[in-house]
Amino acid sequence: MLLELVDISVRYGQVRALTDVSLGVGEGEIVAVMGPNGAGKSTVLKAVMGLAPVVGGHVNWRQNRLTAPTHEIVSEGIAFVPQGRRVFTHLTIEENLEMGCLYLNDAAEKQRRLDTVLDLFPVLYEKRRDLASQMSGGQQQMLALGRGLMAGPDVLLLDEPTLGLAPIVVKEVFQKVAEISEKLKTTIMVVEHNIKGVLDIVDRAYVLDMGRVVHDGTPESIQETDILTQVFLGKIDSGMESDDI
Amino acid sequence: MSIVTGALRNVRDVARDPRSWWQRSKGNIELWANLIVLGWALVFMLWRGGGFAITVGSVFAIWAILAVSLNLVVGYAGLLSVGHIGFLGIGAYTTAVLTSHASYEQLRTEAIPTFGWPFFAALPFSVLLAGVVALVVGVAFNRFRDDIYVLVSFGFAVIAFTTFLSWRNLTRGAFGIHEIARPAIGPWVFDGELEFLALLLVFLGLVVLIAWLIVTSSFGRVLTAIREDEQAIQVFGYRTTHYKLAIWVISAMIAGLAGALLASWSTFIDPNSFVLLESVLLVSIVILGGLASIWGSLLGALAFVMLEEGMRFVPFLPSEFIGQIRQVILGILLVLLMLFRPQGLVGRFKL
Repeated sequence: MLLELVDISVRYGQVRALTDVSLGVGEGEIVAVMGPNGAGKSTVLKAVMGLAPVVGGHVNWRQNRLTAPTHEIVSEGIAFVPQGRRVFTHLTIEENLEMGCLYLNDAAEKQRRLDTVLDLFPVLYEKRRDLASQMSGGQQQMLALGRGLMAGPDVLLLDEPTLGLAPIVVKEVFQKVAEISEKLKTTIMVVEHNIKGVLDIVDRAYVLDMGRVVHDGTPESIQETDILTQVFLGKIDSGMESDDI
Repeated sequence: MSIVTGALRNVRDVARDPRSWWQRSKGNIELWANLIVLGWALVFMLWRGGGFAITVGSVFAIWAILAVSLNLVVGYAGLLSVGHIGFLGIGAYTTAVLTSHASYEQLRTEAIPTFGWPFFAALPFSVLLAGVVALVVGVAFNRFRDDIYVLVSFGFAVIAFTTFLSWRNLTRGAFGIHEIARPAIGPWVFDGELEFLALLLVFLGLVVLIAWLIVTSSFGRVLTAIREDEQAIQVFGYRTTHYKLAIWVISAMIAGLAGALLASWSTFIDPNSFVLLESVLLVSIVILGGLASIWGSLLGALAFVMLEEGMRFVPFLPSEFIGQIRQVILGILLVLLMLFRPQGLVGRFKL
């Protein structure tokens, strides 16, 4: 595994968000983390980025423990595309992209990355001088993906990239994620509630419920079982006591 | 710089075709705010004559330096500090103590050590001390944000004021410090008000230049990104606490500079110049002018000073009420502004 969570537990005060979660992504893979609202999906990525209060377990990065603080993780090769896009609306597309690699001092490398990203996202190239506030939600999501790629990451962590987007745009976003994996060979871990689209593009998936991993396997194996129905309709017995929540 | 080109373009358009200019510009609030404040200032100065213009200009320059420095913190980095007056005080007292010539023993009040330094020797210490205090305070403040930040900066302003008032064998407390030196370069002393105004404007120009360089740099871009979304910028590899601390210290140093100039300009200071209310007025100027706009801070400061000085000449107003009424009017203006134009006269962002 390139990036691996080992027995991670996260608590927000009295609330247990994750309990002994172990999951990982191998080099070149696309892996999905799925589950209903409140399952702890986003917390998985926040735990990697040092943005969640981890009370147990650890994260392995290239077989070593990842102990870097949040602002240094990106230079390790892990880029995070947060939920809700969070582009800087007062900056232009190009400036937004530059924010993704300002830590880099090599101007030629910056330009090379910018060219790669603009090549991958024609819509960003067209509007590169426009303010991000003038873009649609789908375009902003593309910008957020592009900004993540500007860090030149080995692993891209995507937190609900299709949240709040129209179905047709959702499809585009998933296609773009698959394209990134194919063209740039970037390893991708994507947190999604949108099961249908995401299962088409991933190699493996984990299903989370109530802060625990309840299933993992290939998309086919997941679709063969009725685990998703159980989880999303709340029919699973995860063995948790009510005071755990 | 866009303000200069914008002004020139307007002048050109008026000269070419006044009617179409009027059609295009009559709904442009920003333009009207500029014209009204600048026009008002110009007319008033012409009416009252040179002496008045020099005084207003000097008071304006000091407030403008302060407003620009605070805007770096509030407007660009998004840290709402109401404690900035503390740094003004630190700068002012440093210069006052180091340059005062008064022989306090004869005044039969509390004696403090007099150093009698020249102004330009004391000035760097004013700036530096404000910076050092800001660094220490800032390390603690960096844990906080938003409304908690307002509260802790409020605490700082109160502590600073109490220190000025109570550390009597350094500041002479409520008696204040007299005979603060005027600046001098060689034999040439900035004695006259006009010379001092020129000096103030030079410093104001310098501060505006520094602020402009900061906000147009990549450092400034990160600052505005911190204001928009601190966590998002953290995951891109920015240690946001360092950026916030850096701009906080720079801003405090500029406020320290304003303090040194204020002390030397008025040649007398006491703690009353550094009460919390002044700090709140300063925040009001920044919001009135417009957050994240250097020109807005200049315009806000000018509007504020004109309001204060201009009201002295309202015929039926007893002079002893002017101070209070000015604050009432400023308060009403702020409420109206928040209701109808929350981004300030020429700003782009809301608080």
